[in-house]
Amino acid sequence: MNTLRLGLLRGNIEIKQFMRQRESVIFTIFFPVLLLFIFGSVFKDTIAPGVTFSQYFVAGMIASGLVNSGFQQLAINIPIERDNGALKRLRGTPMSPIAFFIGKAILVFLSMIAQVIMLLVFGALFFHLHLPHSGALWLRFTWLVLLGSACSTVLGIALAGVIKSGRGAPAVVSPFVIVLQFISGVFFVFSNLPSWMQQFAALFPLKWLTQGMRSVFLPDSFAAQEVTHHWEIGRTAIILVAWLIAGTILASRSFKWSRQ
Amino acid sequence: MSTAIEVLDLRKKYGEYEAVAGIYLSIEQGEIYAILGPNGAGKTTTVEILEGYRDRDSGSVSVLGSDPGALGIHGSAWRNRIGIVLQSTSDAAELTVAETVHHFSHYYTKPKDPDSVIELVGLSEKRDAKIRTLSGGQRRRLDVALGIIGSPEILFLDEPTTGFDPEARRAFWELILSLKAEGTTIVLTTHYLDEAEALADRVAVINAGRIVEIATPATLGGRHLAKATISWNEDGNTHSKISENPTEDVLELAKRFQGDIPELTVTRPSLEDIYLTMIEGQK
Repeated sequence: MNTLRLGLLRGNIEIKQFMRQRESVIFTIFFPVLLLFIFGSVFKDTIAPGVTFSQYFVAGMIASGLVNSGFQQLAINIPIERDNGALKRLRGTPMSPIAFFIGKAILVFLSMIAQVIMLLVFGALFFHLHLPHSGALWLRFTWLVLLGSACSTVLGIALAGVIKSGRGAPAVVSPFVIVLQFISGVFFVFSNLPSWMQQFAALFPLKWLTQGMRSVFLPDSFAAQEVTHHWEIGRTAIILVAWLIAGTILASRSFKWSRQ
Repeated sequence: MSTAIEVLDLRKKYGEYEAVAGIYLSIEQGEIYAILGPNGAGKTTTVEILEGYRDRDSGSVSVLGSDPGALGIHGSAWRNRIGIVLQSTSDAAELTVAETVHHFSHYYTKPKDPDSVIELVGLSEKRDAKIRTLSGGQRRRLDVALGIIGSPEILFLDEPTTGFDPEARRAFWELILSLKAEGTTIVLTTHYLDEAEALADRVAVINAGRIVEIATPATLGGRHLAKATISWNEDGNTHSKISENPTEDVLELAKRFQGDIPELTVTRPSLEDIYLTMIEGQK
């Protein structure tokens, strides 16, 4: 059986396991919607002409959804699977490791789609989120989602390789993600942050993803409110690609099939 | 008969600790080979090197003609020919037995029929149960199912019957003997000496990273030459005698008692007695 077909079968198995763990479904898919509901209900202010904080926040939550479904999910679950012997068992079979990673990528991709659709629908229905109004914006949205989740997947696998135990994984990964969300313009308006924090956040992909998502969901005039007064789409693409390459190299070096 | 596994002067250190200190093994195709030894003797390290999970420091290893430490792109073809039952795992808790066995069958080029394998390990009634609901022994049987699904030429079993009730253990022995009848080479590590005795063609006793002895279960430690102990009850007391010729002695006793000898037993050292003596002698 070829690797691609096995990868699809792995994807099927991964999704079955994911859907049967209620906590993981709630944590990955519904938690961002819950956050949107809370933040959207508390902060009703307008932050620029025609832009409410909740609209700003939805754009950020979609970006951090990519981090949740890829980075966070994999960096927590892979160490658990390493501890419980799942990875070691797979390593002892003829299944190609590539099929394993295709399966993980399918899981990340589908859980991300589910999450993004929930956020879009919820945001449009209750918080005046404007869906992209041109083909060009949908196209930008699509590559941001694809590139963002690819980046998030490889970085999740890379971090999973250096996490010692499954039990400790959430304690390492969650603060990482929450801090990134705070400094990358998800919970606060990015241009209001101290400039050292902005510069630090700019080293990581989430800042660029949130900015990219704002360019899709907020009016073009809002670009003037950004730190550089531009959406910086080209730079966003370059930085995400750079992280994707770095993440792939790190992931292939750090990945371990068993605790030794 | 050809050699399935050949190990020469295998060595492995963890830091300063020498876990495997020069092991030699030659396992024939189609035999059941048991590796015995106390915890920390180097059994698992040795077996994991054979399975391709661990690197070695030195020595040569050949499993089905390949070096498991240098498989490269041939790894998949090699793993297609071996089956591994690891020590306790707790993965795939949310999947059912049938889903898991069927899924694993896709990994191999010549899989056995998944439903017959489920039947063979005695999990037919649990086929639609989630794995997390299985008992320890049932889980272990699933591990065995996943180990044999690919029709392996060599099956590695690491303490396979931990948590089995006596009935399940007997059924498992039958299963292993049927695999041997199909020509499968089986490498078994176990703590149960009766299991090694019931199954193994040969046993290797390992202690402190070295082979203590390799023999058939019946001849290990000179067991077949060991003297028998005869004991009986006479005048309310238990008498016993170590005898080189138990048959003669028993006949003599029978003559003396003019028939039934009260509470007569004739015992030879069990494999466990021999094994414990060997391990003690090493300390």
